[in-house]
Amino acid sequence: MSEGLYERARFRTAGDRGLLVEYGDAIDPVINRKVRAMAIALGKEPPEGVLEVIPTYRSLLILYDPLLTTSSRLEKDLLALEERLPEIQIPPPEIVEIPVCYGGEYGPDLESVAQSHGLSPEEVIRIHSEPTYQVYMIGFTPGFPFLGRLPEVLHTPRHKTPRTRVPAGSVGIANDQTGIYPIESPGGWQLIGRTPLKIFDPQRPNPFLLKAGDLVKFKPITPDEYRRLAEGDGD
Amino acid sequence: MEIFRVLEPGIYTTVQDRGRYGYQQFGIPISGAMDQFAYRVANLLVGNPEDAAVLEITVFGPRLEVLAEADIAVTGAEMPITINDEATEGWTSLRVRPGDVVAFKQVRSGCRAYLAVTGGIDVPVVMGSRSTYVGGKLGGYQGRPLAKGDLLARGPAEPLKAPHKLPPNFIPRYPSEILLRAIPGPQDDYFDEGLRIFFGSEFKVSTKADRMGYRLEGPVVPHREGMPQSIISEPSVPGGVQIPPDGQPIILLLEQTVGGYTKIATVISTDISRVAQAKPGDKIRFEEVDLETAYGILRAQEQALQKIRETFAG
Repeated sequence: MSEGLYERARFRTAGDRGLLVEYGDAIDPVINRKVRAMAIALGKEPPEGVLEVIPTYRSLLILYDPLLTTSSRLEKDLLALEERLPEIQIPPPEIVEIPVCYGGEYGPDLESVAQSHGLSPEEVIRIHSEPTYQVYMIGFTPGFPFLGRLPEVLHTPRHKTPRTRVPAGSVGIANDQTGIYPIESPGGWQLIGRTPLKIFDPQRPNPFLLKAGDLVKFKPITPDEYRRLAEGDGD
Repeated sequence: MEIFRVLEPGIYTTVQDRGRYGYQQFGIPISGAMDQFAYRVANLLVGNPEDAAVLEITVFGPRLEVLAEADIAVTGAEMPITINDEATEGWTSLRVRPGDVVAFKQVRSGCRAYLAVTGGIDVPVVMGSRSTYVGGKLGGYQGRPLAKGDLLARGPAEPLKAPHKLPPNFIPRYPSEILLRAIPGPQDDYFDEGLRIFFGSEFKVSTKADRMGYRLEGPVVPHREGMPQSIISEPSVPGGVQIPPDGQPIILLLEQTVGGYTKIATVISTDISRVAQAKPGDKIRFEEVDLETAYGILRAQEQALQKIRETFAG
């Protein structure tokens, strides 16, 4: 499952303020767990000069202040921290349940996605909401979670021409990934449903519902439940 | 305290500061002033902390009605400023009074100017910064560029006791042939001949050049035979030069969080200011430098800023 995991972290220079640290070369839950563990360890014991640690699928991007540290000093700090990783308490990932109303006006591509795989819409809903997904990375727009792994029978390419307007909360599929649009934006993913939850709300004390390393479970809901939840999420 | 009424917004004028750090892990790019040197000096000229919010003005400036007495300063692109139609200077503090109209003439060199006002432009702090992130509709003035009729406020501050003027030797020049120093990587191992072409050729800034990134036109920068052209998506840093399959480089800038193409090199942090002042049609060359050289250039710039601070401290 994780033959892509490196024995030792690999470092890449990303300019005079960035150090990229790779732990493997695949989209893989084991590699991503290592990334998450290192991100948490770095949050607990940040080396001097570290401005931000950005976890991704298989790597960490460390942004640093070159007036306070250097790339080579950071490499040493990181290798030392990695060695001590077994001693550092890494809490289990949070599981976030996300209600989704599939199909209809909320998921305009559900029918065509089902058809392209020879499935019924109900089967697509069941298969999509069954797994517990890992949040591999947040990016693209504020709070957008890249979730994996999507069961293979649902792998569907993006639209050739992206939509100019995808509503906030839309749940989409792109090849082997699934994700949620936090704000209205252009987008090419196949839209199969929508959540009434605000994935991103700059007015909340914590604007982001999800962070890299969390686990996500989708829960199918009816249009009535969607409307009720959408009204209740306003405050 | 209200300080400006926007009579004309200019082409693209936004509120910016040092940038929004700590949220890239949540998909929020750094944003902030593209030319950090000109931005910091603008604040120093009016006696502000260096990280106060300013207006970033692109190519064609706004017309602003002054609503209260204040000191202002304009730095960055050479975009001659007028007060009540009278020409004045950049890189110096200027006292303005209620009823004055501040305007700008056509840009002569560079691309982005910075207008600082005593007390800083006062907009709500969103996630630690006043910078506008237009793509995310957040920060700055209602998350968007300025529009006609907007009312801008400033923070509380004392007027300057004596005007500040930047000694001319500190004023950067903004040529239309631009040299960018860059460090190979993070994916320089995906290129061989491509590296030689990248560091040995001249590129032109295309019309697709904004705060997200600058697309360049020039000779095709090929990937190494058999190497993949895309990678597992990863976060980007400002200055990262992405080579998409068409071989035409894109310099990733301040409103970008992830990229899935290989990055042949990264423009050093001080030279992002040079990119900020590049306009479509300008010529760009890349010069390879190593990390130590980049650190040295950064330290020299910080020393220059320290000298400027000392000059103004009297």
